[in-house]
Amino acid sequence: MKTVFKRTTGLTDAETHYCPGCTHGIIHRLVAEVLEELDALETTVGVASVGCSVLAYHYFNCDMTQAAHGRAPAVATGLRRVLPEDRLVFTYQGDGDLASIGMAEIVHAAARGENITVIFVNNAIYGMTGGQMAPTTLLGQKTATTPEGRSSQLQGLPIRVSEMLATLDGAAYIERVSTHDPVHVLKAKKAIKKSFEIQRNRQGFSMIEVLSSCSTNWGLTPEESLKWIKSQMIPYYPLGIFKQQPCIGEES
Amino acid sequence: MKGNEVIGEAAVYAGCRYFFGYPITPQSELVAYMAKRLPEVGGCFLQAESEISAINMVYGAASAGVRVMTSSSSPGFSLKQEGISYLAGAELPAVIVNIARGGPGLGNIQPSQADYFQVTKGGGHGDYYTPVLAPSSLQEIVSLTREAFRIADEYRTPVILLGDGMLGQMMEPVEFEDEKPLPKVREKKWATTGTKGDGPPKTITSLDLNDTQLEIRNNTLQQKYAAIKEKEVRVDEYLLDDAAYAIVAYGTVARIARTAIDRARKKGIAVGLIRPVSLWPFPATIISEYSSVLKAILTVEMSAGQMIEDVRLAVEGKAPVFFYGRTGGVIPTVDEILQQIDRLTEEVAI
Repeated sequence: MKTVFKRTTGLTDAETHYCPGCTHGIIHRLVAEVLEELDALETTVGVASVGCSVLAYHYFNCDMTQAAHGRAPAVATGLRRVLPEDRLVFTYQGDGDLASIGMAEIVHAAARGENITVIFVNNAIYGMTGGQMAPTTLLGQKTATTPEGRSSQLQGLPIRVSEMLATLDGAAYIERVSTHDPVHVLKAKKAIKKSFEIQRNRQGFSMIEVLSSCSTNWGLTPEESLKWIKSQMIPYYPLGIFKQQPCIGEES
Repeated sequence: MKGNEVIGEAAVYAGCRYFFGYPITPQSELVAYMAKRLPEVGGCFLQAESEISAINMVYGAASAGVRVMTSSSSPGFSLKQEGISYLAGAELPAVIVNIARGGPGLGNIQPSQADYFQVTKGGGHGDYYTPVLAPSSLQEIVSLTREAFRIADEYRTPVILLGDGMLGQMMEPVEFEDEKPLPKVREKKWATTGTKGDGPPKTITSLDLNDTQLEIRNNTLQQKYAAIKEKEVRVDEYLLDDAAYAIVAYGTVARIARTAIDRARKKGIAVGLIRPVSLWPFPATIISEYSSVLKAILTVEMSAGQMIEDVRLAVEGKAPVFFYGRTGGVIPTVDEILQQIDRLTEEVAI
């Protein structure tokens, strides 16, 4: 019998702790499949951040270092500057981690053109701590710390990180993808693969922003959550490539 | 060479090839020295966007198993505390330099010893200690920088090298050849460098959500600290054999105290110097032993009185402990300390 699908060797056998309806599991699998396909599991070091994905080091089947809240790009920089060039270094960060407390670290890693891959999971909320407002929380969105909904007067406007980082000359590749249906999941995988290939080609900093769900803290069913990504998040966070520096050899 | 530059060269001599820095007076010469020096020896210097990033870059580099250093001065050192706690929790070796200045807050850029509490009592969150070495001359910077890297590697712990603005800025001749080079970095099998050729994936973390497991992890840390306390105490003793009085002072102040002691000896006062070289582990046993035979002890610091708490704990009431301190970047003079020695003899005579 022909095997048409098998579990990726990029993930360990550990059962994840993610809630029903959460797309972290899908995104983990995409990263893991890409590393397997690139035959890079033995030459990759991942950096787990703080948030729901803090335990990512239990799930990825490669060397992992766990960073302080928001500091994953700095930790990845330290690894990158030490490790041989054939090693791949990635961070896996949520929106509270990357876009709030870790904003300085991500901006400067991008500005330096640090040759790393950043997987930025944006679910518009702090999940692990119980559903507080994130810098990415949408206007009107109710969270534990915006019980009346986020107001532009009180809490300001959500940050579009991909667009912002794309203004930096140091960033080589920035794309926003989504996980709300199978077609977009496949596109997300393509983007993630591209970003690791860019790193392998030593072209510099790349980030894939992945729109993700948080059924538990959004107060929606898993199915409603996927619809919410499509109807609420994508209009504010449009999908697409925001930065694409020419590949080596393509400059002219 | 300036003290700050000596630290840099001593680190290179000790096999450090990675430095992540951020400018702050009065340690900036060290950052500039490493920017020039490390590329010459095939290393990497990187100026981070903040002290916070610098210490986390150190965390990343240490995860990859190399000898790595960062430096700062008091306000910047405060910013590194989160990262130092993580280094301690994840058991990563690194050397962190604090060329301390006047505080609190922005304070000033003059020499100070007011960070003693911060460096010797953990400093960040959680139950941890960092070994702290406090040189008092530029030559001693060479040997203690080497020791800092040795201790860091041997015990898998962050180690603090504590100086102050005076030590960082002063110039003295130094010899590097007198120091034996530190052996090459032993293979660090725990380092996250990719699993190629070395078995199952490795993880570096300070997280353990299971309370029992975390307690086991913490107990392991405490066992390590107990071993450090047993083996890594360093103290310099000066004219103590016949002493009736002793000054306890470290770093810059110990140099000034030594001159004051020489002058007091000429006046016939039997006073000596106990100079803690490792501030943690603190030389409590030695101070305790001397306190049984001393008439009085004087602690002199460039602070409002921080190390004196450890001195009093060590003395356990066996001798009176007096204090003299200057703060805000004011350096105590030889005359001032001499006056204090006189006061000591008078107080005890009453």
